[in-house]
Amino acid sequence: MISAPDVVAFTREEELEDDLYREPPLPEEYSVPLFPFAGHGANPWAKVASSKFTRDFILISEFSEQVGPQPLLTIPDDAKVSGTFDLNYFSLRIMSVDYQASFVGHPPGSAYPKLNFVEDSKVVLGDSKEGAFAYVHHLTLYDLEARGFVRPFCMAYISADEHKIMQQFQELSTEFSKASECLKTGNRKAFANELEKKLKDLDYTRTVLHNETEVQKKANDKGYYTTQAIEKANELASVEKLIIEHQDLLRQIRSYPYRKLKESEFHPYEPERALDWADPGCDQHPAPSDPAEPGETHLYTHIPSYTPKLIKAKSAKCFDKKLKTLEELCDVYFFTQTLDQLHHIERTFRGDVCYLLTEQISRALLKQQSVTNFLFEDISFLDEKPEKQYRGCQGLGPDAMDGKCLEESLTPKVVVSLGSYKSSVECVPIKMEQEMEDSEEPKMSESVTSEPQENLDYLDADIKGSISSGESIEVLGTEKSGSGLTKSESQASLPVIPSPQAGRSKVGSRRTVSEDSIEVLSMCPSESLIPEDFKASYPSAINEEPYADNDNEHGLRFTPRLSTGVADEQDDISKQESLVQVDAACCIGKESPNFLEPLPELGQKPCEEDGVVRIPPQPYRPAEQGLRGGFPSHDGVPGGLLPYELDSRYLSGSREVSKSSLDECSDSTSYISSAASTCSDRTPSPAHPACQAAERHRKRAGQNALRFIRQYPFAHPAIYSLLSGRTLIVLGEDEAMVKKLVTALSIFVPNCGVYAKPVKHWVTSPLHLVDFQKWKLIGLQRTVSPAGVNVLHALSRYSRYLSILDADSKTLRCPLYKGTVVARLADHRTQIKRGSTYYMHVQSILTQLCSKAFLFTFCHHLHLPISEREPEESVVNRRMNFLKLQLGLANEDVKIVQYLAELLKLHYIQEPGQGGNPLLRFDYVPSFLYKI
Amino acid sequence: MLRWLIGGGREPQGLAEKSSVQTIGEEQIQNPYTELLVLKGHQDIVRFLVQIDDCRFASAGDDGIVFLWNAQTGEKLFELRGHTHKITAIAPFSSSDVSEEKTHLIITASADRTVIVWDCTSGRQVQKVSCFHSTVKCLTVLQRLDVWLSGGSDLCVWNRKLDLLCKTSHLTDAGISALVELPKNCVAAAVGKELIIFRLSASNNGSEGWNVLEVKRLVDHQDNILSLVSVNDLTFATGSHVGELIVWDALDWTKQTSECNFWDSSVHPDVQPEIKLSQSPNETSVQHLTSDEECVFAAVGKGIYVYNLQMKRVIACQRTAHDSSVLHIEKLPNRQLISCSEDGSVRIWELREKQQLPAEPVPTGFFNMWGFGRANKQANQAAKKMQENTPMYFLELVGDLIGHSSAVQMFLYFGELGLATCSADHLIILWKDGERESSLRSLTLFQKLAHNGDLQFKL
Repeated sequence: MISAPDVVAFTREEELEDDLYREPPLPEEYSVPLFPFAGHGANPWAKVASSKFTRDFILISEFSEQVGPQPLLTIPDDAKVSGTFDLNYFSLRIMSVDYQASFVGHPPGSAYPKLNFVEDSKVVLGDSKEGAFAYVHHLTLYDLEARGFVRPFCMAYISADEHKIMQQFQELSTEFSKASECLKTGNRKAFANELEKKLKDLDYTRTVLHNETEVQKKANDKGYYTTQAIEKANELASVEKLIIEHQDLLRQIRSYPYRKLKESEFHPYEPERALDWADPGCDQHPAPSDPAEPGETHLYTHIPSYTPKLIKAKSAKCFDKKLKTLEELCDVYFFTQTLDQLHHIERTFRGDVCYLLTEQISRALLKQQSVTNFLFEDISFLDEKPEKQYRGCQGLGPDAMDGKCLEESLTPKVVVSLGSYKSSVECVPIKMEQEMEDSEEPKMSESVTSEPQENLDYLDADIKGSISSGESIEVLGTEKSGSGLTKSESQASLPVIPSPQAGRSKVGSRRTVSEDSIEVLSMCPSESLIPEDFKASYPSAINEEPYADNDNEHGLRFTPRLSTGVADEQDDISKQESLVQVDAACCIGKESPNFLEPLPELGQKPCEEDGVVRIPPQPYRPAEQGLRGGFPSHDGVPGGLLPYELDSRYLSGSREVSKSSLDECSDSTSYISSAASTCSDRTPSPAHPACQAAERHRKRAGQNALRFIRQYPFAHPAIYSLLSGRTLIVLGEDEAMVKKLVTALSIFVPNCGVYAKPVKHWVTSPLHLVDFQKWKLIGLQRTVSPAGVNVLHALSRYSRYLSILDADSKTLRCPLYKGTVVARLADHRTQIKRGSTYYMHVQSILTQLCSKAFLFTFCHHLHLPISEREPEESVVNRRMNFLKLQLGLANEDVKIVQYLAELLKLHYIQEPGQGGNPLLRFDYVPSFLYKI
Repeated sequence: MLRWLIGGGREPQGLAEKSSVQTIGEEQIQNPYTELLVLKGHQDIVRFLVQIDDCRFASAGDDGIVFLWNAQTGEKLFELRGHTHKITAIAPFSSSDVSEEKTHLIITASADRTVIVWDCTSGRQVQKVSCFHSTVKCLTVLQRLDVWLSGGSDLCVWNRKLDLLCKTSHLTDAGISALVELPKNCVAAAVGKELIIFRLSASNNGSEGWNVLEVKRLVDHQDNILSLVSVNDLTFATGSHVGELIVWDALDWTKQTSECNFWDSSVHPDVQPEIKLSQSPNETSVQHLTSDEECVFAAVGKGIYVYNLQMKRVIACQRTAHDSSVLHIEKLPNRQLISCSEDGSVRIWELREKQQLPAEPVPTGFFNMWGFGRANKQANQAAKKMQENTPMYFLELVGDLIGHSSAVQMFLYFGELGLATCSADHLIILWKDGERESSLRSLTLFQKLAHNGDLQFKL
């Protein structure tokens, strides 16, 4: 019977590199038909059927006040990606989920238009018909010429896989927040510049007008003012008014906390500052007019000289003028930064969700091994992730409150958000929302008390020329009328309706206070409110870890210092909870009582009996739970001071198992990994851009290593040399061949520190002792010239520190190896065929070695006497016994573990600041010459 | 090995056969040095290493820079810059004041005709003297008198504050090449072929005043005196360029015994005449002398000779201990001897008592002389030499240290801290006992664990 792995193996196309070892083709009649979608680059598990695009992409859309929702750009910028997918239609949908009704205008009681620093909103929505699911991140940019000064944008991550969006919600949110923050930072800068220019214009205009008035006054001796003069005076007054308003706007935008910006070269995302600028939104009344900090102003003030122009009182109609592009709205620098970030996101989340999750889990686990992970892992890419995760939630301190009291404050919150939901929906003139809007509106109007309207006759403001594009009920306009200031002329000509929107807009502006995660939750309070196929999915970030209790968290930690990615996530959750809490508290009692519904998401988290829809089981959860179960027993012991008995049992047991199951083991890993790699979505590629190259390198290295162990019967001593810290020289005439060998062998080289691997691919000059200190694997050129003889002389001189692999004559000169570890590591009869699989196999065995080295290093009595009087010999005996009996190491394997332990020690005791002297350890052991 | 590298037996006469030097191979059980640290800093030949205290040493060389190092960690402590030319002599000068805390100074002399005193604690220049007419080639500190001497074309006596106490008249242009302290306030200075004994005497008029008087000139050497060593309170020894070793009485400066041409082939009838031809004077010069209570160890050419003072004869020798001239040798407390050479290697020897062999002289042929790594080949020679029934010794190679790519100028033995070697390849290498270092690191590790509080069981 053919087992599943076999089937997979035969249906898979061999990799190109495999050509040497390709097996004879299967007779036609026996071959299993290929998976029908295989040509698509897809896997049998992917749900690709319904989607019209070939891979995930990012879409940026704008709700243009002129043409409505429109797609601006996609990342990757490739027409093939979106395929037949209707971007216009989808833009419309995503933009209609949340119209960022950022409130600009005159809040009641305030004399001047006020900018609100609107929080972004994050929504997950799906379109089952299109087969598209999207994480949508709404943001608002400021534009002096735009209606209400705001331009709503959104960035959407569109994928065919709903689970992917749900499970990566937190990560997506974090990454997109960065992009958004970057855009907004640039936008604020541009906006401030624009305001300054405008102020100069106005100033100039005022001067001109003033002069004219003076001239008229002088010319006029009749004693009364002509209509013309009155007009001029009015004009002057309005210009002055405008100046004051603009100054106020400038002050507001400058008051945005900016301090950090000039310290680091670019750091748009500052969670700790979020609190500060959330404040003005929190109290509805005008922000305290604290002068902008010197540091910030300085940022804006240096502007190239600008010649002011005269401003005409009447501005062009809004439809006549061209709106600024996104690039113009932000500084070019920030725009490119944002694009970079978005490309980064696109690369990061490429591929199948299983792949992403596995990657994340293994990264989180590796991060935990902070003592040993430097040996065989690339630390640089481990470091990047955690901070980001930690910043997942903005603002509010982690110590806000316990998540338990969360439920009490849920209800009011729902109402707030629901209001916002409505307000956003109704602002979008899309027919499909129509009925819903209708049904909601009466309720709404009951609840709201509209502000007293004032009809205003300011005709001159071109600032808000865009405010009344008129196609929908303008929330801002009505609100603004309360205090009566600038009005666009077009709007003024319309009868201003005292409409329910006023109240709603109030709620809407309130909503800007709320934090991201809640935003999402509130977005879809119940199924009934949402059109059938437009149902927003629930954010997974919260659902994901209902089991993540606090007690669990500690079991995972090695020491608190070595806190893990998982723990971070949990921190995030508790943060979110506290966020919710605070948020809700500040919104209590501000809204109509009609919408007293429990918040589904949060209700679901603590108690599922609410009957709310649950996220389908997630693929990685059992895996992770398994790991959690298994982990504490092994790594949860702090300080590595395990009692002997415990680990001896564990280790010897594992040795037996690994010995006996070696063959199946290699088979099954090959199967699993091939499955994993086929799993990856349309474009199987690594999750992390930094490791993208590394991944490719791994694959190639794995493939080359596989070939090496099959080709060279003396692969074992060569690998032993590398693992025991003896520099291996690959000597050859052909650079390509040497480099290939070096690449192959590099996966066995332990890192000496956090720096790059001690591997030098190609050297042509004679080697020196210092080189052996620095590099543990060197590719060396063999030439026949006199210089070449010098090279060889150096080699023979330092031969005691070296193992030499002669790639030309296929010989190896190195110490004898009689251990067992390398045999498992490099079995020339292995069934593994793929480079990446073999790489994983190697990694797993190296990880075992690392854990042994860890135990060995951190067992106190193995290195130091128990009592003062204990002779050194007994310590040495104990040490050797431990290595041989407890760790089950044979012969030369002891040296491998000792070398790794030495590296661990050096790494641990090394002060973070200084690099530490690289030292060279060696043994006086005879070398042997191996030939094929 | 090289033949294998160069490939396929294209050179039938392997290089190994050419060398008469005893080799030990890669398995060196007795060699404790299994870890090394390369100390980089110098930009030219490093010629001198001096120990400052238990864990510090200074290095100096042709680049005129003095470095202070930590012998345990290999950390560079100070970089002392002040000389513009190469350094010609260096001497440590510790304060003998018991009351004060010990201050460590080093004195360096350079070809720029200056002498600088450095403070090793602060790494600063204490004082600089630049009134010399010629390069100071040797420095000697007389701790007992709390003065130091500089030897160039004349001999000057200085106190700690760098006051010139007295000086001799101009001696020769070549200058003093070596100085050694003798009892009764005397010093012996090697000036060319002559050995001059000076006596320091307190002048009558002042407490700080000293006079230096030439007491005696010894002209027994045929060629320039290259090495000068004090054996004990009663004897000192000198070695010259043509290979004379003279042992002197330190009190009355008379020649106790001398071994002229004791390496000469005439003494050793088994040496073939053609080899004698190849012996240039350079290969017979006594490069360096060291001694313990009973023996003087001489580095002569490529070989090492052990001269017993009581028996007044060479008791053991290794004619070709290295591939080229031995530059420095030192006796360790544990009967071991370390030598370094221009060939870039450092070798560790052990002086062993030879089992009594049958007395009949073994006919030693060419191959025996050019031995193939047989450790006890000297036994035969020794046996022939020692006709009486005295204990016989031989030098057994117990290990070699290969690391430098050029001549190893000098080394400094730090006991269990290891061995520092300096070389013409601008490097200093710190050789350490890997086992010891490993357990030291473990100790540090657990101290750090305890310090960080990681040893507690955390929940």
